[in-house]
Amino acid sequence: MPNSPSDTPRRVTVQRKGPLLVEGPVEVELEDGTVLRSDRFRVALCTCRRSRRYPWCDTSHRDRA
Amino acid sequence: MHSHEPQLPEARGPLSAAVLGHLRGTGPLPPPGGIAGSPVYGDDLQLALYVCYELHYRGFAGVPPELEWDPELLRTRAALEDRFLAALRADATVHQGAEEALAGLLVEPVDGAGVSHFLRDKGELWQIREYAAQRSLYHLKEADPHAWVLPRLRGRAKAAMAAVEFDEYGGGRAERLHARLFADLMTDLGLDTTYGRYLDAACAELLATVNLMSLFGLHRALRGALVGHFATVEITSSPGSRRLAEAMRRTGAGPAAEHFYDEHVEADAVHEQVVRHDVIGGLLEDEPHLEADIAFGVDATEFLEDRLGEALLAHWREGRSSLRTPLSPELAHVP
Repeated sequence: MPNSPSDTPRRVTVQRKGPLLVEGPVEVELEDGTVLRSDRFRVALCTCRRSRRYPWCDTSHRDRA
Repeated sequence: MHSHEPQLPEARGPLSAAVLGHLRGTGPLPPPGGIAGSPVYGDDLQLALYVCYELHYRGFAGVPPELEWDPELLRTRAALEDRFLAALRADATVHQGAEEALAGLLVEPVDGAGVSHFLRDKGELWQIREYAAQRSLYHLKEADPHAWVLPRLRGRAKAAMAAVEFDEYGGGRAERLHARLFADLMTDLGLDTTYGRYLDAACAELLATVNLMSLFGLHRALRGALVGHFATVEITSSPGSRRLAEAMRRTGAGPAAEHFYDEHVEADAVHEQVVRHDVIGGLLEDEPHLEADIAFGVDATEFLEDRLGEALLAHWREGRSSLRTPLSPELAHVP
């Protein structure tokens, strides 16, 4: 099925440092097949892999001093 | 529904006694000289201001709601606010740029020594209960002071701020209101979830942190500061909430207590991004002259949060209660 032309594209915001921001709700499938869901208006996906709540960002990407 | 309105607190000095007397219809408001001479961060002035502000939220039992717009009371409130604002402008760090003010918050100290570090590492249940009782003055009206800024914003900043507030208000579901999640945490800890129940117990340093939000929220002229304040809360919340969630787990505080902070780790990691990029970014595009106000909101918030943290830790390190009135005997610290 082709997408309807009226569908607005889902915006994903990338940044050099920090999470990937996706308009919610989203489902995330992990490598082991587990599917996790977040229904926030926007979801922050961890890209640094340091999050203790992976795949969700928990601000662990921040510099430490 | 008068039974749902909070009780008036006990006075903490002549200023708060005069304001309370005015609300009861029994006495005159404080003379200007009384306001000028009172310690600005002290119990008396901060409670007087808190009581003035509370009329804009839920009011008090037995106080006519019309007093919210009583010109005499507003004049007194303005005099209290002038002192508070002048003190904050003199005492808080001054950053000129918003990004510069926020930069320090975005670095996580390796050897942090704040309240959340203390509670994570060695907090006992009585200290966690005190922390929750103190913070209940804000969390039971979580997001309310910030909602006042919405009509003062436009475009991208407004849409983003409304989206974050919607999340704070449970995304349309009453059982997910953050204020409700905090009430559930309080129930886990054996605390009374009645709105305003711990006003008499809260210390002056806590009152000042809530007064700051009301001050920024109620004045359109301070919309930049409100946004800077909100960004500070959202940026610092996620790592702080992670430590507090660990404190709740370690002490067996209960599932709702853990959930409140777990929810804030995730929610505020998102809110931080939205507030920095879209609320601050949008406001600066729209009104670039507000940059110094945004920075002031950040700096004033950090200043008052640091003072609160120091006050709580000074009491707890010595095994003393941080509250002005004790919790019931089965909840309180027994030295």
